[in-house]
Amino acid sequence: MKQSILGVGLFSFLVSLSMLSYSVQAETVFVTLEKDNALAVVDPIEGKLIKIVDIGLRPRGITLSPDNKYLYVATSDEDTVKIIDTETFAEVGQLPSGEDPETFALNPAGDRLYVSNEDDNLVTVIDVANKKVIAQVKVGVEPEGIVVSPDNRWVISATETTNMIHWIDTKTNTIVENTLVDPRPRAASFVSDNTQLWVTSEIAGTLMILDVNSKQIIKKIRLDIPGVSTDKIQPVGVVIDKERRWGYVAIGPANRVAVINAQTLEVEKFLLVGQRVWNLAFSPDQKRLYTTNGKSNDISIIDLESHKVTKSVGVGRFPWGIVSKP
Amino acid sequence: MNILHYWRAMWGIIGRELWRFVRQRERFISALVRPLVWLFIFAAGFRAALGLAISPPYETYILYEVYITPGLMGMIQLFNGMQSSLSMVYDREMGSMRILMVCPLPRWFLLVSKLVAGVSVSIVQVYVFLTIAWFYDIEPPLVGYFWVFPALILSGLMLGALGLLLSSFIKQLENFAGVMNFVIFPMFFMSTALYPLWKMKESSELLHSLAFYNPFSQAVELIRFALYGQFNEYAFIYTFCAFSFFMIAAVIGYNPSKGMMMKKGGK
Repeated sequence: MKQSILGVGLFSFLVSLSMLSYSVQAETVFVTLEKDNALAVVDPIEGKLIKIVDIGLRPRGITLSPDNKYLYVATSDEDTVKIIDTETFAEVGQLPSGEDPETFALNPAGDRLYVSNEDDNLVTVIDVANKKVIAQVKVGVEPEGIVVSPDNRWVISATETTNMIHWIDTKTNTIVENTLVDPRPRAASFVSDNTQLWVTSEIAGTLMILDVNSKQIIKKIRLDIPGVSTDKIQPVGVVIDKERRWGYVAIGPANRVAVINAQTLEVEKFLLVGQRVWNLAFSPDQKRLYTTNGKSNDISIIDLESHKVTKSVGVGRFPWGIVSKP
Repeated sequence: MNILHYWRAMWGIIGRELWRFVRQRERFISALVRPLVWLFIFAAGFRAALGLAISPPYETYILYEVYITPGLMGMIQLFNGMQSSLSMVYDREMGSMRILMVCPLPRWFLLVSKLVAGVSVSIVQVYVFLTIAWFYDIEPPLVGYFWVFPALILSGLMLGALGLLLSSFIKQLENFAGVMNFVIFPMFFMSTALYPLWKMKESSELLHSLAFYNPFSQAVELIRFALYGQFNEYAFIYTFCAFSFFMIAAVIGYNPSKGMMMKKGGK
């Protein structure tokens, strides 16, 4: 009798332990598939594709709401940003994004969405709760990269043809200053203490570090990879961890992610991933980094403690945007 | 004749081989330099060549250096197997073979001991090579270093047995150049050591089949999977069968009344 009670007790303890570890580990990665008009749902711990959900025509930009309940997905060919429930994958609403939305950024509170309208040279500001456009900011030609500073002070719009970074004040929704940068700036990212802005230039193959106070470039890092021809050095996505230890840059057709020491601003190494890597996303605990490899139709999972690519998971045609939910 | 005699004889042979290996520092260095030259120079040139598709046991894109490392481990063992066969020919020419052969133990046992001796030398070389490769960012999982050990034993035995078999054919030391041309080079280049099978299929179906049935390919694949903590059953069975075949043939070949020794006038 005693033994069986002990056995049951031990069993339930083990079960609860395994459930606990499961709940700690559970994480879901969402990937937009530009050509499949779908959303791929991936378990990054197991490294497995869980399912594919139809989502709308040409989905690209993707963001998660701060409470992790909703996904915002730009379905470019439907000229809208869809709001998707992260549990049921049902569409719960749409936001008036303007024409051909590709990239957008949500402010930290999650109540304002800033969308780049590439063809109209505008940044559209949307009130998320009321699903209404509250402002449109005229920017340079072909706005693409867009990001909100963690302190919600600035919205940065990078215009690919004008080669400028536009500093939009979130209070007034007007441009306060412009910074001329290297040709075809593609993406930008703030460090967590709001002191620096990192911007990638697709044509110059550089990563530029801008000082937020002076709004000037303080350092340019050329991302040359030994043994890879320079025409393939086309940096796009850039992210920096919360502790500001490391920054990561996706270098498109070079099929590599650059690992940059965020303190010394030197390139530490390059990690080989799939073909035409564009966008990057951290896991919620920032222990892993995910990349979308547009041409090889997969995502790569990078372990950030060892800085090693652990696995690449096939997801579908033209993976574009990526986001991770705890 | 008890087990102790066997034990002593075996250790005598292994000890002699290891001693010879330690004493001949040039041999040790040249055995290491060969794969390292391939790794540092040849592979560096082809860095960007791979990384287009993922094939097991790899789970993501890899650099060419990472791909050819198991092939170079196989290369170490291939050369080692051939080199011990060379030393057999040398022993025969010098007369020390006679001392070995008059030992009152079965011939197959002496040959196996000789083989085990060669394999242990090759495994030491492989691990030194892996250590150097680790500093060159070729870092397989830790379990791989453990699992690759049994794989190296089998692949080493197979290649060593092939060497023994060949040494029973070779009459003189000078013929080793022939072994290089007709055994080592074709075996190495027509294998999965340098390029994956699927890549070969793109260019030639025939080359693909030749490489697939090349026992060296299967030994390399066995090592490759083991290095990543995985077991390749097909490669294991193939390598094991190849070893058995070469070994039996070598034992027959060394039998003075039946095999190749007869043709050489029982020398």
